[in-house]
Amino acid sequence: MKRLSDERAKILFEHLSKYIGTNVKQLIDRPDGTYCFREHKDRVYYVSERILKLSECFGYKQLVCVGTCFGKFSKTNKLKFHITALYYLAPYAQYKVWVKPSFEQQFLYGNHIPKTGLGRITENAGQYQGVVVYSMNDLPLGFGVLARSTTDCKTADPMTTVCFHQSDIGEYIRAEDTLF
Amino acid sequence: MGRKAEYSDKPKKGPGRKARKQGPPVFRKQSFAPMEEEDKKLSHRQKQRFVKREQKKVVQKAKLQEKKAKGKLPQPAKRKTAYNSDSDPEDNEEEQQVASSDEEVPQLVPATQSQKSTAPKGFTDDNDAWLKPKKQKKQQKQPETESEEEDEDEDEEAENGSQDELEDDSDDDGGLEAEEESGEEEEEDEEEDESDDDTAQVGKLADLSDDDDVNSDDDFDISGEEDGVQADSDEEEDEDDDDDDDKLPIERANKKLKKREAKEAQLADDEMLETVDRQDVFQLPVEGEETEKDLTLQEVQQRIKDVSLVLSDFKKYRQADRSRGEYIDLLRRDLCLYYSYNEFLMEKLMDMLPLTELMEYLEASEIARPLTIRTNTLKTRRRDLAGALINRGVNLDPLGKWTKVGLVVFNSQVPLGATPEYLAGHYMIQGASSLLPVMALAPQENERILDMCSAPGGKGSHIASIMKNTGVLFANDSNRDRIKAIVANFHRLGIVNAVVSCEDGTKFRNIMTGFDRVLLDAPCTGTGVVSKDPSVKTTKSEVDVQRCYNLQRKLLLTAIDCTDAKSSTGGYIVYSTCSVLPEENEWVIDYALKKRNVKLVPTGLDFGVEGFTKFRQHRFHPSLNLTKRYYPHTHNMDGFYVAKLKKFSNTIPITKEQQEEDEKQLDEAIEAEATTEAAAEPEEEEEASKEKGPRKLLGKRAGKPSFTEIEQELKKKKREESKTKYVAKVFEQPVKAPKKPKPEQPAEKKEKKAQAPAEKTNGSEAPSKPTPKKNQTNGQTPASNSDAKPLNKKNQATQPKENGSASPAKPEAKKPTVNGTKSPTKPAAKEPKNKPQPKGKQPAKASAKLAKAPRVDIDDVPILEGKPIKKQNKLKQKSKQIGQLKKSTAGANAGKKQKFKK
Repeated sequence: MKRLSDERAKILFEHLSKYIGTNVKQLIDRPDGTYCFREHKDRVYYVSERILKLSECFGYKQLVCVGTCFGKFSKTNKLKFHITALYYLAPYAQYKVWVKPSFEQQFLYGNHIPKTGLGRITENAGQYQGVVVYSMNDLPLGFGVLARSTTDCKTADPMTTVCFHQSDIGEYIRAEDTLF
Repeated sequence: MGRKAEYSDKPKKGPGRKARKQGPPVFRKQSFAPMEEEDKKLSHRQKQRFVKREQKKVVQKAKLQEKKAKGKLPQPAKRKTAYNSDSDPEDNEEEQQVASSDEEVPQLVPATQSQKSTAPKGFTDDNDAWLKPKKQKKQQKQPETESEEEDEDEDEEAENGSQDELEDDSDDDGGLEAEEESGEEEEEDEEEDESDDDTAQVGKLADLSDDDDVNSDDDFDISGEEDGVQADSDEEEDEDDDDDDDKLPIERANKKLKKREAKEAQLADDEMLETVDRQDVFQLPVEGEETEKDLTLQEVQQRIKDVSLVLSDFKKYRQADRSRGEYIDLLRRDLCLYYSYNEFLMEKLMDMLPLTELMEYLEASEIARPLTIRTNTLKTRRRDLAGALINRGVNLDPLGKWTKVGLVVFNSQVPLGATPEYLAGHYMIQGASSLLPVMALAPQENERILDMCSAPGGKGSHIASIMKNTGVLFANDSNRDRIKAIVANFHRLGIVNAVVSCEDGTKFRNIMTGFDRVLLDAPCTGTGVVSKDPSVKTTKSEVDVQRCYNLQRKLLLTAIDCTDAKSSTGGYIVYSTCSVLPEENEWVIDYALKKRNVKLVPTGLDFGVEGFTKFRQHRFHPSLNLTKRYYPHTHNMDGFYVAKLKKFSNTIPITKEQQEEDEKQLDEAIEAEATTEAAAEPEEEEEASKEKGPRKLLGKRAGKPSFTEIEQELKKKKREESKTKYVAKVFEQPVKAPKKPKPEQPAEKKEKKAQAPAEKTNGSEAPSKPTPKKNQTNGQTPASNSDAKPLNKKNQATQPKENGSASPAKPEAKKPTVNGTKSPTKPAAKEPKNKPQPKGKQPAKASAKLAKAPRVDIDDVPILEGKPIKKQNKLKQKSKQIGQLKKSTAGANAGKKQKFKK
């Protein structure tokens, strides 16, 4: 467990603000104790400082995971969020997309969302805005990036993709080996 | 939903094209109906006979009346005595009441009997077998009655004679119908006649005849053998009928029918019992021939049944010259064959469970347990989850009253491991039995809890969800491949307070101690989850079990050491396995009770079977009845064991040396098992080749004595030695070698390192770390339990690593150890002296020790396994010495290793 370098911290917060905007502040200043981001084997973990201290007993190799994993830095310093970050992204998300029940399963297999699968969408979302994807009964299913702004969506063809898939909870099964 | 149109039988309107076709055949009802027509016209001859009979009867009645008038006084007395002699359990009162009605019994019975006696002629099959003896009985009975009622039997005979005649005649006529009918009529006639005599019984007789009408066709089956009974019960019926005169005829008929059914059932039972009793006592197969036969599975099953019957009442069914052991051996072999277990496991199970329960257990182990899921209370509620799943076409129910989070799934149209709810972490697929240890652990919020063998994280996530993501949960597992499952599950279920690590569980006390609660779901042979993994039935052997319980002991001691006895809310350890063998359960707990300051407390689970306090020759601590066992056949969950321990003191009741040696023993045992198992196969091959060897030799140089036998024997001895070596070592009292020159420095260094992170919080303690040893050890005395908190905390952390021999007032001093060679006050002084001692001296000293009086720690006696030690005293001595050598060198090496590690 080590602190993030300034560069990586910057990348992380930029990435976070794509999805949850100014709510990043809420993750840092919490009423229930200090929470912090730490890096372990290129992965970013978000964890209470209290737990972090206790985890220092373990060796580098022995320690597998502390708190919640947000994502992983690639060798070229690009951050990719894992589906595990959804636990914190979903409650703070500003822009949301709901998919129809018929498309739920499709999305969980990693498909982009076409207009036919779109149930609802937040107003005023611009193109390439990071969004959290929900099912119609408000179950967070994953997150992605809008391919078109909300206004464009209304005029788009039924089969055009409105939201690019980035991550979905089906990955817990599909990608267990690579995620952790 | 509106009216339903009836398309089935619409009457056709008007004559169609085929109206003229032939209609369906019409059967006369009589041809199918049972022969019940009452007013069928009698043939001429029948009429003649009928008239004759009437006349005869009138004459007979007249005679009878005359006789009755004559001998009315003496008769009742006679009958009474007769009944007494029969030892009928009726009271006299009743008798007197019935006395009058008894009169017609002898008349009635033959009448029905005669009717029945015609019946057997129709039955030519095996019914004869049981119809005949009864008839004989009847005939035997008759003489008795004759002697009692000399007057009446004449009439009877006359009657019988007339009936016989009648039968003959009707035979001429042909047609069974007619015969029966006439019989019935005759009966009725008789009854009518009798009713003339005893007016009091009119009602009864009417009922009786009515009864006969109902009975007439199906009565034959039973009547043959039950006539005596029936006569009695008929009377009863009659009485009943008197009571229920107001009832509808159909009700009465129903009642009778029921009675008859009951009677039949009873008869069937009796017959069954009889056949069972009469059945040939099961013959054990003779030694030679038994194996050659290739039996079918059915035959084996039958034999299992037979043998268990014999064993259920051994005195009664045994063959005189066969011992119980032989039966049990056969049963075991059959069970092994039938359920495809290996002999070892079957023997263990047979030792553990009584026979009837064993069969149930084996049967239940073949069936898969129901699929159960646990609601993740962090994300949803059970009701919501159930609703969501039902919408997806899953059929489920709450698991039981004992849990608020469990659901049992009966069937499902979707794969339960891939529903959006599952992926969103609303539930976890988990066996019902895995809920139990966590419930026993009863985690509280804001505690520090350790799950030592966590993968795949089911129980760990349950703990976290009960803690509501507060406190800290340490999930550890030594298998790196399975760690991923823990991480994945924890993330999916939204657990954020967990630290997942991949450490060797047995070394956890070096990393961190002071947990409020520890859950140890120990690795085991899995004999309780046979239904999940049938390979367990054949693959497990003695060595596997031993390796498991040695590891379990080590883990449990570690778990206890990691727990903080002074925790305000906890100090609990829960030990659980999915095995049913006592070796892995009670035995391990019993061991821990002896080695650490822990006691058993109730698990808080209100169902389950109590743990064993004694098992065969072993006697465990009596409080082991507080532990719980679960079996597939009684609780419909996997075989499981749960024990809850409370740590009441952080001190360790045994000395440091003992502790180390215990550990070493366990280590060595585990290692030895690993090696012996690896070595076992080539050995066996060797054996096989050896067995072949002598044969060949014999062929080559026949008659000459082959010295290979001696060799063989020697090798055998060696093999046995190597086999039993570790067995003995596990249980034998540790041979106390003089304190090894354990490198003090590295150990201390390590302590510091281990301490450092744990105590980061109280920084004030840091400078005091390099304090001289005395200071620390002083803190370890029991008296210091009330010492200042930081010091205690530190002790806790250091305790396991601490070399206890330096303590001047250690618990050892209190404990009466027979080993008097070392005074407990000395070791502090002794240690430096030991340090420079060359390693080469060790064996010599060890052997010198050995020569001294045997040291037997009173506490440890029950752990000793009598067999190997008693049998092979000499071998053991040798092995001890060898072991000693190994230990001393191993200890030194270990020290070095640790040094390098850090």
